[in-house]
Amino acid sequence: MIKVDHLSKSFGKVKAVDHISFEVMEQENLILLGTSGSGKTTTLRMINRLIEPTGGKVFINGENILDQSPEVLRRGIGYVLQNNGLFPHYTVAANIAIVPQLLKWDKKRINHRVSELLEKLRMDKTFLNVYPDELSGGQQQRVGLARALVADPPVLLMDEPFGALDNVTRSKIHAEFKALDELKRKTIIMVTHDVQEAFELGDRICLMDKGKIIQNGTPTELLFNPANSFVKDFLKEQRLLLEFKAIRLNDIWRYLAPQTPKQGSVDLHGDASFWSAIESFKFVNTEHLHIKHHQKDEYRSAGFEELMAAFYQYKKHQPHE
Amino acid sequence: MNEQQTLWGFMAQQSDKLLTQTLQHIGLTFISLIIAVLVGLPLGILIARKKNLSGSVLGIAGILQTIPSIALLGFMIPLLGIGVKPAIVALLLYALLPIIRNTYTGITGVDAAVKEAAIAMGMSKWQVLFKVELPLAMPVILAGIRTATVINVGVATLASYIAAGGLGEFIFGGISLNNTNMILAGAIPAALLAILFDFLLSLLQHLNLKKLKRAAIVLPVLLLVMASFYFIPSAYGDKLTAGFTPEFMGRQDGNLGLQSKYGLKIHTIVISDAIMYKAAFEKELDVISGYSTDGRLKAYGLVVLDDDKKIFPPYYAAPIVREDALKKFPDLEKTLNMLSGKINDSLMTDLNYRTDYLHQSPERVAKDFLIAHNLWQPQRGGNGGIVRIGSKIFGEQYILASMYTMLIKGYTNYDVATKTGLGGTKICFDALTNNQIDLYPEYTGTGLLAILHPPQKTIDVLAGDRDKTYIYVKNEFEKQYQIKWLQPIGFNNAYALMMRKKQADELGVKTISDLKEYLERN
Repeated sequence: MIKVDHLSKSFGKVKAVDHISFEVMEQENLILLGTSGSGKTTTLRMINRLIEPTGGKVFINGENILDQSPEVLRRGIGYVLQNNGLFPHYTVAANIAIVPQLLKWDKKRINHRVSELLEKLRMDKTFLNVYPDELSGGQQQRVGLARALVADPPVLLMDEPFGALDNVTRSKIHAEFKALDELKRKTIIMVTHDVQEAFELGDRICLMDKGKIIQNGTPTELLFNPANSFVKDFLKEQRLLLEFKAIRLNDIWRYLAPQTPKQGSVDLHGDASFWSAIESFKFVNTEHLHIKHHQKDEYRSAGFEELMAAFYQYKKHQPHE
Repeated sequence: MNEQQTLWGFMAQQSDKLLTQTLQHIGLTFISLIIAVLVGLPLGILIARKKNLSGSVLGIAGILQTIPSIALLGFMIPLLGIGVKPAIVALLLYALLPIIRNTYTGITGVDAAVKEAAIAMGMSKWQVLFKVELPLAMPVILAGIRTATVINVGVATLASYIAAGGLGEFIFGGISLNNTNMILAGAIPAALLAILFDFLLSLLQHLNLKKLKRAAIVLPVLLLVMASFYFIPSAYGDKLTAGFTPEFMGRQDGNLGLQSKYGLKIHTIVISDAIMYKAAFEKELDVISGYSTDGRLKAYGLVVLDDDKKIFPPYYAAPIVREDALKKFPDLEKTLNMLSGKINDSLMTDLNYRTDYLHQSPERVAKDFLIAHNLWQPQRGGNGGIVRIGSKIFGEQYILASMYTMLIKGYTNYDVATKTGLGGTKICFDALTNNQIDLYPEYTGTGLLAILHPPQKTIDVLAGDRDKTYIYVKNEFEKQYQIKWLQPIGFNNAYALMMRKKQADELGVKTISDLKEYLERN
């Protein structure tokens, strides 16, 4: 879907991005992770040509983006900024309608689409005629997201979209983000410096440093098969939590006890994270979770102790543990 | 109370003129403002885009701002002549800086995230400008326009110096004529206009962003309407154009007398005396109100029209001195009177010619004259007190002040401080009565008509007689102000109407009556 090929950007003598290449599959969620100055934001901004590269190419659906006019390119790519960048002189409705206006949709279609999105983002209709400065930070970020999604672009670029939010609001929005059907269809590249967020939201993580990609892989690959000590050090903090979030129930499938299906009692699917499984325990009596494999017609059952034991087994079999 | 009634009385009496001048004033302010916006806004946008230009553009606009307004008007005359054009250009230049600077500040101050979002959503450069940058910068830009408007209302008062009209006609006329009501009749409406426009624009500036859209449409229309005010009063057209000083316009022995005694009707514009002669020379004007000893008469080939009905009273020059100063400096009177009877009309015209046209310094002209008449002595460097000499703001007065300075320094033990260039009779005379200066050269006619304001009967009795007038003002000044008129210097610098010699010959105009007949024939 998106192919980045030996992309470089220099500001004077400083190489902000240094010959990097990666690919993002359709409907995949790729996280560019790194500290400030690692070149992650510059990389993102070259994909919608807010910054012109000094070398290399970017293809979207096989088309070189430098062959298109930047305005047309950008209207087909959703963009979410850290500080939301809402127009203070436009109402919420007008803010969301900016791209459809540029694309010259008719009024009815715009109105319909704007209210549809607002509903999906669980915002009341009364917000339509409100100005951004009357909204809370979380609401502003939702409007920013709606503005990026309104024309249903296949690609979404997100630059630290939740960076300005407090922790409570952020985890709430993370949950909504994962649940939103509109986003499941999108190919997303998201920039963040927050390791937890990267592990929570990313299908794959591209860890960058000094303009280069250090490792590009799934969260479990980064955790259990780090390319070098930099990657290991980067993930050192709250490592256990990262592991809980990275490991899917499918990963520990073979360490769990098989079970015949009981009717209507599937608690979780196999693609759920280990973290969400632990979180769902209410710690009353002897609870068991009923888990269904996300592809095969197989079932497992586990109590808290069994889950923790399976996790331990899994870790023991990883090469770097 | 009495004072106030007379002010209202004056304004009521002159309401026609007041309305004309106010409309002209508003017109001038807004014509130049519109052009300044048309020039300044794009320039501000340009330098917000190309930041490396911002230093030089803002620098140049800043320098223009620091040029004294009178000087700027002076620079305009050779390029654009007199009248509306140079006035508008000068006002425009003053209004430019606040507009450019605020446009630049406003646009560069737009939140970078908002601008980035606009670009990232696929807006073109122009869409970003018109949909995001300009609307968000609008309050700051409006603040700049507001500043420019208030500056323009103030500077527009100077437009009357170059015959562009406006409330300055009353203000400067009043200063010259020692007429407080006239000054106030110009100054109060000008101040009110500034306050009013400032207030209206402040309302606009504090509108919320939603209503700004409507304001953006209403504002240009409003500006255009205001600008058109200038042209309402200008429903005239005539063969010859006269340029009179503000002082001449309001005097019985000036334009009022021309109208009542001669019945002269001519298209008249008000102009500063500093540029009047040149404007006549450059055929911008045909008839001007000059002074009969002015050096520029000779320099610009002008000829004085004979005052066949004797409306211009004699203007014999003599130093007027505070009586306490004469007591304090016993040698002063004797020294000042050394010049008495020494300079006649043609001598004075020649001296003026040398300063005004040959650009010799008044000091040099004064020294040359004193040497030629065996009056010059080297300075004694005395320290027996300081005599303060004042002068009005034209060449002749500078020369006389220089002569008195040299005589006092050469013949007495006093030192001299000069306060030259006091802009008009009122300022000079007030300085004298308030003990800011000890003496200055004054003219009998000015003393009579501009300071004493005697009843018309008295003026008729004096009937333009040289000696009677001198004795009358001498006695009245001593009685009313304790100021003494010393002996006359000799020359008579009376008002005179003048034309280009060539034109006067062609039209066969020799006297003011001839001029009136010519105007009636055509």
